[in-house]
Amino acid sequence: MQLYLPIADMPVNIFLVLAMGLAVGFISGMFGIGGGFLMTPLLIFVGIPPAVAVASVASHIAASSFSGALSYWRKRALDIALATMLLSAGIVGTAGGVWLFTILRSLDQLDLLIGLSYVTLLTIVGGMMINESVRAELRARKGQPAMMRRPGSHTWLHGLPFKMRFKRSKIYVSAIPVLAIGFIIGFIGAIMGIGGGFILVPMLIYFLRVPTATVIGTSMVLTLVTMASATVMHSVTNHLVDAVLALILMVGGVIGAQFGARTGQKMRGERLRLLLGLLVFSVGLRFAWQLVVQPDDMFSLRLVGAA
Amino acid sequence: MMRHLALACVIVLGALAAAPAAAEQLVVSLSNHRVVISSNFDGEDLVLFGTIDSTDGKPLRKKYDLVVTVTGPRHTLRTRRKERVLGIWVNVDSREFVRVPSYLAVLSNRPVTEIASPEVLRINQAGIDNFLLTQRVGPDLADTVPQDPFRAAFVRLENQQGLYQENAAGVTFLTPTVFRAAIPLPAAVPTGAYAIDVKLFADGVLVTRASSALEVVKAGFEQFVAEAARDYGLLYGLATALMALLTGWLASVVFRRD
Repeated sequence: MQLYLPIADMPVNIFLVLAMGLAVGFISGMFGIGGGFLMTPLLIFVGIPPAVAVASVASHIAASSFSGALSYWRKRALDIALATMLLSAGIVGTAGGVWLFTILRSLDQLDLLIGLSYVTLLTIVGGMMINESVRAELRARKGQPAMMRRPGSHTWLHGLPFKMRFKRSKIYVSAIPVLAIGFIIGFIGAIMGIGGGFILVPMLIYFLRVPTATVIGTSMVLTLVTMASATVMHSVTNHLVDAVLALILMVGGVIGAQFGARTGQKMRGERLRLLLGLLVFSVGLRFAWQLVVQPDDMFSLRLVGAA
Repeated sequence: MMRHLALACVIVLGALAAAPAAAEQLVVSLSNHRVVISSNFDGEDLVLFGTIDSTDGKPLRKKYDLVVTVTGPRHTLRTRRKERVLGIWVNVDSREFVRVPSYLAVLSNRPVTEIASPEVLRINQAGIDNFLLTQRVGPDLADTVPQDPFRAAFVRLENQQGLYQENAAGVTFLTPTVFRAAIPLPAAVPTGAYAIDVKLFADGVLVTRASSALEVVKAGFEQFVAEAARDYGLLYGLATALMALLTGWLASVVFRRD
């Protein structure tokens, strides 16, 4: 069934979009990520203008992360203090990202920047996750405890000043890496049109040693706030948020996320991280392929302005 | 426009001197002047009907040719070209197409190149190759030859989206003086005002021309959403964000298990 999208100015198959929402929602619920890094490329693939895709995906991620955050809130598995600290730096990062986005768009190098950041980030993060989870799996096989937080595994990050205590996460760390991570997530999110959950979760685990119990809930709160404000910002500046497209994605997304979350809870942490690592890594390879292989068409069009 | 007409008249008069013929008049009518985009819009074909009449009672000629040009609202696009730099493909060069039609259809009863000489076609902007597509070349605005790589790529890309098309069988003569033209509007047709220009050729010269217009508008819910997004960005954004929260909350309530 075809449905005309009023802002994208094109008809789409409503069941196709719903199915995409369900599939990405399932993955996002399973791994506790927003799924923007999958949804944005998918929408562009079916012909939605990239700018509309980026803007509309923001509200879809807001919906699925709110649904997720609520269930983690009920289980008291989120750290509001940590999320607030990350957010305060995240807003500054977002502003910086939007600024760079505008400059590069006018120079026609935005595609390149987005492509390169996807490749770099996804392959590195994916590679690290695969490496870590395979090691954990091997340790478990040998009968050793598959523990993430080995006693005394303090890195140089823990020697930094301005230490803060985050009670819910049971960590005592310097504010500097917390703010830096928030800034990086905000900056990357603005440029790549993603919530950044898939980078944030491993960063919180590896750098700050946030326990797995609170990491996903906290990441979801952060994603919720950045994506809800991104929706409003995109609406005010570019008028490119397609509410009809967003609604279809949301409905599919939140339903998929519920089933994904149930599947995820049944799996072991290492197995889950290995799967996510493989997923992230392969999307990264897909983008690398796109940059290196000769495109079908050397030419492309971009709208500069209405007359 | 007037100069073109005057020029055409001179050419026509010249032809008349050789073989006295009627003064023609074109009467055209469009099946629908207002295309409404609603939620189930998936493209539409419009039909233009027309007749060729003699205004002075003299007999009409035996053979006529028609070129129908439909142009959509104008916008500015940039065509970019990729090249391999350090192993990856990068946009290295671009050309801006200024105030070009967002939709361009050229319909004729046979290939335009067979209808008249290249010079006559160029003067009358008949056919996509002869249509003026203004490019920003350095500080100037100019059109290039049709073979120019950027122009060719631009037309090809627009054609792939169904927005630029040339159809040498788009005009059908029902009788020697009654014709119909099918105007294909793709699903992604831009909204706005469209101009239709009908040119009548005989013996390789422009005889007369007629024009019509149509409008593509969004209606109902689609119009409401598009206008809200454009005119009340902040409210629209807040409403969308609220909708996201509501959907998320509903899902967590519906699927709650504890």
